[in-house]
Amino acid sequence: MPGPIRACVCSKDYGAMKIVVLWTDWVVFFVMAATLLYAWKVRHTPHLASTWRKAFASPTGSAATTVLAAFVSIGVLDTLHYRRLLSNSTGTAPTYGTETLSLLDHLLRRQQAGKERSYSAPLAYLAYEKEAVTTNGETRRIYPRLINAGTHLQDPAHDRAADVLTRGFVGAIKGMFVAGLLAGLLTWFKSRRNGRGLAAAWFDIRSGRTRMPLRVVLTTVSVLCLLSGIVLALSVEYHVFGTDRVGNDLFYVVMKSLRTALVIGTLSTLVTMPIAVGLGILAGYLGGWIDEVIQYIYTVINSIPYVLLIAATVLILMTFIDNHADLFPTAANRTDARLFFLCVILGMTSWTDLCRLIRGEVIKLREAEYIQAAQAFGVGTWRILSVHLLPNVMHLILISMVISFSGLVLAEAVLSYVGIGVDPAMQSFGTLINTARLELSRKPAIWWTLATAFSFMFTLVLSANIFSDAVRDAFDPRAIHN
Amino acid sequence: MLKLDQLRTEIYSSQGTVVAVDGVTLDIQPGETFALVGESGSGKSVTALSITRLLPDNACVAAGSVLLGGTNLVDLAERDMRRYRGRHISMIFQEPATSLNPVLTIGRQIIEVIETHTELHGAAARSKAIDWLRRVGIPEPERRIDTYSFQMSGGQKQRVMIAMALATEPELLIADEPTTALDVTVQKQILDLLLSLQRERGMSILLITHDLGVVAQVADRVGIMYAGELVELATKDEFFSRPMHPYANGLLGALPDVDKRGHTLEAIPGSAPTLTQAFHGCRFAPRCHAATERCRQEAPALYAQGATHAVRCFGFAPTNPVVISALPERIAGAGAHNRREAGDVLLRADKLRVRFPIRSGLMQRITGYVDAVHDVSFELRQGQTLALVGESGSGKTTTGKAILQLLRGSAVVDGSATLNGLELMTANDRQLHGARRQMQIIFQDPFGSLNPRMRVGEILEEGILSLQPDVSAVGRTERIAVLLDKVGLPRNCVTRYPHEFSGGQRQRIAIARALAVDPQLIICDEPTSALDVSVQAQILNLLKGLQQELGVAYLFITHNIGVVEYLADHVAVMQDGRIVEAGRSAELLSSPREAYTQTLLAAVPRARLKAV
Repeated sequence: MPGPIRACVCSKDYGAMKIVVLWTDWVVFFVMAATLLYAWKVRHTPHLASTWRKAFASPTGSAATTVLAAFVSIGVLDTLHYRRLLSNSTGTAPTYGTETLSLLDHLLRRQQAGKERSYSAPLAYLAYEKEAVTTNGETRRIYPRLINAGTHLQDPAHDRAADVLTRGFVGAIKGMFVAGLLAGLLTWFKSRRNGRGLAAAWFDIRSGRTRMPLRVVLTTVSVLCLLSGIVLALSVEYHVFGTDRVGNDLFYVVMKSLRTALVIGTLSTLVTMPIAVGLGILAGYLGGWIDEVIQYIYTVINSIPYVLLIAATVLILMTFIDNHADLFPTAANRTDARLFFLCVILGMTSWTDLCRLIRGEVIKLREAEYIQAAQAFGVGTWRILSVHLLPNVMHLILISMVISFSGLVLAEAVLSYVGIGVDPAMQSFGTLINTARLELSRKPAIWWTLATAFSFMFTLVLSANIFSDAVRDAFDPRAIHN
Repeated sequence: MLKLDQLRTEIYSSQGTVVAVDGVTLDIQPGETFALVGESGSGKSVTALSITRLLPDNACVAAGSVLLGGTNLVDLAERDMRRYRGRHISMIFQEPATSLNPVLTIGRQIIEVIETHTELHGAAARSKAIDWLRRVGIPEPERRIDTYSFQMSGGQKQRVMIAMALATEPELLIADEPTTALDVTVQKQILDLLLSLQRERGMSILLITHDLGVVAQVADRVGIMYAGELVELATKDEFFSRPMHPYANGLLGALPDVDKRGHTLEAIPGSAPTLTQAFHGCRFAPRCHAATERCRQEAPALYAQGATHAVRCFGFAPTNPVVISALPERIAGAGAHNRREAGDVLLRADKLRVRFPIRSGLMQRITGYVDAVHDVSFELRQGQTLALVGESGSGKTTTGKAILQLLRGSAVVDGSATLNGLELMTANDRQLHGARRQMQIIFQDPFGSLNPRMRVGEILEEGILSLQPDVSAVGRTERIAVLLDKVGLPRNCVTRYPHEFSGGQRQRIAIARALAVDPQLIICDEPTSALDVSVQAQILNLLKGLQQELGVAYLFITHNIGVVEYLADHVAVMQDGRIVEAGRSAELLSSPREAYTQTLLAAVPRARLKAV
């Protein structure tokens, strides 16, 4: 993690742009590196490898993993930040845009740029509200045409349905083509690996006769490709999910929200783990007054409404950011710092459950004969904690990590709804839902903000939950494996 | 009355299909006790569960039939089967503590059974329940019927289970290891109770057990199971006078008792095969001393030997039987440790007293003590074995842990324990660190005593790292290799994890771990009670061999009198935290003076070959 605050905002010049690494970007990179390291370790540890294989072997688990992987890759694309070069005349220092962009912004630049004046329904070509428009010196209140959607249609009322269908169909075909390509690649890879013919490999995958449920993964990938093919094809000329109050394309907003949700889920968990694990193991193994103190701490923290704690801290933080504007050169830096600290606070308040769980498990393990054998060898306390106890509660940590992930994503939604979550300028499911609250009471109701936010968050949390179920089943020694 | 015909039960697991019971054919006559004997994994319990159709979801009866009075239970619908369970067939299980529901009074549980399966209701059912509690020997049944299971002792719980099982007056009682979780004195009472109820009611009992002593005590007929097959079928007298199958002979030879002192036990080498494989030859052939090429190629049938005796071994085939060579002579082992001069006193415990504090209230103040061990004094000389014998709760394990200083901080220990002259109770950390090199411990549960997340090499290395940090890495590796040779494990197992080993192999690893620092004293806390008889013999032989080779002394904590007779030089009998009697094992076991010792010894079921 970066040291002084200023140094965190690393930036480097690369000709046409300046690479920017925000605080949460560091976290994402760190988590990715840690995951890769763990994966490498798992590959070389037989019992871990077999347990993880069990987690992925269940059809629902592998499907959920595939969906999660898709979301995560979107989040990672949104993590590679840069600032665009504005002018680079020789002799003067190059100037960069004030806006920090990400790779995802670049890919979705059309959707980002294609703003409307205000609300519009999904796939609409007219605005949601009437406006006074002056045509030929005559001012009328009509539903104006959208600026960036359906502009190519000559007679939208007549042509739109056909156009949407054609574009959707073409998008679906493209999506299926990509899916087919992936299936072909997988088959080729599989046949190379098993030394069998392509047809045989394909037959194995299709009939589900592979060690991992490749058929399920392929099906999930195909569905994802199909859906994203349709959405991407339509999003070129339409606002697929409509626009929000200030006219932002909701498709773009919801894609950006994914990263926020993922960062909150992982970073808060990352903050939680060392506190919960360290205190839990200490309390459980050492007992006595240490146990009492730790128990009192988490009982006290548990009895303070966490919303209150978070509200207080966020307010202090906002004042700090406002008073030290020089530390945060761009708006992105500011919103990012707020997100970062929100995660830290969320993590600091949500470690109690895991701590209690680990304490209980360690109290049980403390009496285990291998711990007593180690004591009989005069093995030091630190070594007993780290070598004997920690690896044996690791499954609990892992299980609760994946389970708490979805809980934290939901917590963000609640906090932003109350107004103490992420910066209002940052796209997140919470802010989306917060705005949707007022919109729903309008007539006719603006349903698409809530619907979009809900369906994406629902898919994310559901797949995270299913994934955590699979992980728990694989790692829980008490689970029955038939 | 009950007839199993070619019963085959399969369990589906991630490792493949386990054929837990394969072609078992037997019948049980009215009023007789049939004992199904086998080691863990032999399929005896699955046979019982197949009869009652209480198999887990991933198992099913694949072939064969279970005929009870002309009805094939395998074909019955689950609804009809429910009427058979309880009314015609009852079951009692090993663990009385978990067989009773702790939140219901025992009366409600018995009455529920009576109301479900008989015409009796209300007050009549209650008086019937009280009647049954009286018959199974629960004192004051009128009052005890309204108590909960946790207010009773283990033996009483098992009595309640029996009352519950018999309250519907079934024709067949299946008792699955009914006394394994109980102490020997209680075991005898429960077995006597079962036998007297059987005589009174004329029901049949299918007794599932691993203990040949229990079989000798109660059975009429015996079936020996091995790897899912029935390998020998005989009346009790035939079996104990002339066991035929090499496995049955091996089991009897592997039982430790006083006659085998000074000899090596006839341990059956290896361990039971996994049942996921397809067998071609005799399933016992890989462990059989007399196996021939034919045994490995063809599967033997169950050959009848007279009207009531049958055996699955080519040695008894009607045409050209295989010659079963005699077992190699017992290695006389010279009885070395018996004759060896007793060394100096290694460990002396004097007036040892252990109390566990009871804490209560908000501030967790100590409000009282539970005395676990009182005034325990004994001496153990170098190279000798002292057995601490007692039933559960007698304080024998606590004594061992107190000596090892594992109770510091959790209990109050008074008195003194000196190891080579060093007072352990007051030793400071540095002195204790030195003393730990001289004393080590082996635990009961081979599955709980090895850290599942460490490789065998790391497990063995740990003690050396902690107690002899000056040994170099190369030195450690060499010593580990030597240790593995000593306990009879392949050297390549250092990189493997404990779960890859069988129970007996794990216990070998635990022994190697204790030996790693060259201790003079090893406290063995029930080291063989979780193991099968054939494996127990391997471990006892190993312990005995190591004692002769290294001159290490054992403080042997056990409840198994046979092991004591076989192994111990001195015995101390413990009851309720006190030593009631102590002395040389030969004298104490042959002529016990105290009443408790006499009861204890009388209760031990014996399985001995009868002289023909």
